[in-house]
Amino acid sequence: MLVIKNLKANVEGKEILKGINLEIKAGEVHAIMGPNGSGKSTLANVLAGNGGYEVTEGEIYFEGKDLVELAPEDRAREGVFLAFQYPIEIPGISNATFLKTALNEVRKYNGQPEATPKEFMELLREKSGVLGMDPQFISRSVNVGFSGGEKKRNEILQMLMLQPKLALLDETDSGLDIDALKIVSSGVNVFKNKDNAVLLVTHYQRLLNYIVPDFVHVLSKGRIIKSGGKELALELEEKGYDWIKNDELIEENV
Amino acid sequence: MEEIKTNGLQEKDEISEDMQLLNDVTKNEYKWGFITDIESDTAPKGLNEEIVRFISLKKGEPEWMTEWRLKAFRHWQTMEEPKWPNVKYPKIDFQDIIYYSAPKKKPQLNSLDEVDPELLKTFEKLGIPLEEQKILSGVAVDAVFDSVSVATTFKETLKEKGIIFSSVSEALKDHPELVKKYLGSVVPYTDNYYAALNAAVFSDGSFVYIPKGVRCPMELSTYFRINNEETGQFERTLIIAEDDSYVSYLEGCTAPIRDTNQLHAAVVELVILENAEIKYSTVQNWYPGNSEGKGGIYNFVTKRAACRGNHSKVSWTQVETGSAVTWKYPSCILQGDYSVGEFYSVAVTNNFQQADTGTKMIHLGKNTSSTIISKGISAGKSNNSYRGLVKVAKKADNARNFTQCDSMLMGDKCGAHTFPYIEIENDTARVEHEATTSKVGEDQIFYLNQRGISTEDAVNMIVNGFCKEVFNELPMEFAVEAQKLLAISLESSVG
Repeated sequence: MLVIKNLKANVEGKEILKGINLEIKAGEVHAIMGPNGSGKSTLANVLAGNGGYEVTEGEIYFEGKDLVELAPEDRAREGVFLAFQYPIEIPGISNATFLKTALNEVRKYNGQPEATPKEFMELLREKSGVLGMDPQFISRSVNVGFSGGEKKRNEILQMLMLQPKLALLDETDSGLDIDALKIVSSGVNVFKNKDNAVLLVTHYQRLLNYIVPDFVHVLSKGRIIKSGGKELALELEEKGYDWIKNDELIEENV
Repeated sequence: MEEIKTNGLQEKDEISEDMQLLNDVTKNEYKWGFITDIESDTAPKGLNEEIVRFISLKKGEPEWMTEWRLKAFRHWQTMEEPKWPNVKYPKIDFQDIIYYSAPKKKPQLNSLDEVDPELLKTFEKLGIPLEEQKILSGVAVDAVFDSVSVATTFKETLKEKGIIFSSVSEALKDHPELVKKYLGSVVPYTDNYYAALNAAVFSDGSFVYIPKGVRCPMELSTYFRINNEETGQFERTLIIAEDDSYVSYLEGCTAPIRDTNQLHAAVVELVILENAEIKYSTVQNWYPGNSEGKGGIYNFVTKRAACRGNHSKVSWTQVETGSAVTWKYPSCILQGDYSVGEFYSVAVTNNFQQADTGTKMIHLGKNTSSTIISKGISAGKSNNSYRGLVKVAKKADNARNFTQCDSMLMGDKCGAHTFPYIEIENDTARVEHEATTSKVGEDQIFYLNQRGISTEDAVNMIVNGFCKEVFNELPMEFAVEAQKLLAISLESSVG
């Protein structure tokens, strides 16, 4: 589904990603872990097409399409979804308008008929139920006055509504208490199926107790320095990132 | 219309459907820029007592009216053009303007069938369906084309209720006592330079009279359009709401594309008596000039409402996207106890447009209250100023005002300015002022992009959200039009 080859990217002229190679297949859950500043969020933003990030080298193919060539809205319509680390507020625009517009844009692009108001409301009721959201939120402005937890839940709701092929979750667990973490995780687990894929970007192993990854990658200084199964996350939790960094140093010295 | 407004969700659906409509709109073209080819009956250029008499004569006005105009003209000659607004434009040559232009084939119009078909076509192009559809939608329309009121629909229905909705010229013939009593009573010709000019040369405008206890069953609407080259448009609107009455009045404005600047100096007077309410909505889309700042309308307007009775209420709602230069402060004189004044405004400037606009809330009565919600959007190299006065007089115990003044900037070559004036002479007054300035954020646009929404739609969404409190005050049909206008005005200003 997603193939990343030797991806390098800059932020404000500074190279953050220094040659990422990664392949994600349908049905898989990948976790990217790493210390602060290692480039985890950069990777998620580059995949989504954030204009603040510049791809300088390498390739990204999504379902055979060159993602770098696509505008961010077209990447979204193709099925790449980014759950933001810091969801943005849009004052004066209700969640209903926002969600319905987004849903219909994606549908239109994929040659599907637009959702009727009735369909939309039914879908919304079903998905917000999964996340235990107060139906009142639908008439509130997008993320305005939402608590940190509500914002993250809203991101997951959007994911459930839009049904992307690839969901990039950028530190979705940060700032959540344990109850909120469970709810958000259950949302992701409801979403997951054999035809889609999830890329989790996280600092902590905690989230991986609830969303079990098939692969764990450790990112450091813009490179994936170690990949493994879900047990790698536990090892990291136990030994900290320094353990790998030391390994890395040894490798580099050799 | 009320029903739709109360159903929040449905309204929002329409807004999102509207977003898609926006995509169909042609790029960067002033859609209303066509010129209608009809012969017009025109006065020679320039202004003097002869011209003032000519206008009065053309309109078959009574003697006192001619005299009033002449007094205004003489007073105007003693006045100086105001220099204090935060706008710049070359000096206007008042002798280079045509002060009267009436479509020549002006018959006595009894029905729409008698209206010049060319005119009707113009209205169709404007999307002002004077015909069936509009009538079905229950809006009575008075259309002022250049200087003369050409058709007033629905007169009969209104007549049954005792409501008068006509051109000022007709009102002068049919109800001279009402015109004489109220004309100039809210905005005297001595008020300011352009009010004096208007009083001297105004050619027509709308007149509305709502009798005691009557709730006007439909929205009344006027459409103004400047068509003739080098024509100034000086219309005058007078609305009187007797005790316990209500009316909602809509006004729309457009003008064709011209290289030269044209002058529009209107006066609107509202008289609101005890327990009565007037809701006055404007969507102003005069030609703003091209992207290099050439051409466009100078829009110098005096609008004022006098809440003369207890518990009277006035609400001004305006969406201003047009004109090269705008200078306009719809005001409320809150004379009656418990009277209420409201001002909701969206002012958009792009390219080289300049706007200096706001309101005046004059609290004279006890327990009066006022609300000001102003949203200024600046793009391109434009300048957008809010100028507002809140005055609480000595005897106005327990006056309340809430002012919220928000500015949004698009790009870094435009300007937003706020000039609030507060004059309080009574200790019991409570006055609140909030102001914010924001930029349309790259992060907001990316967020919406990431959900499949194009940059153009994203900007429209952000801007519409910013203006929501004002759009909510507009009648539904107007709100949709206002959103479209906003989208067109701001096209290609981001990204």
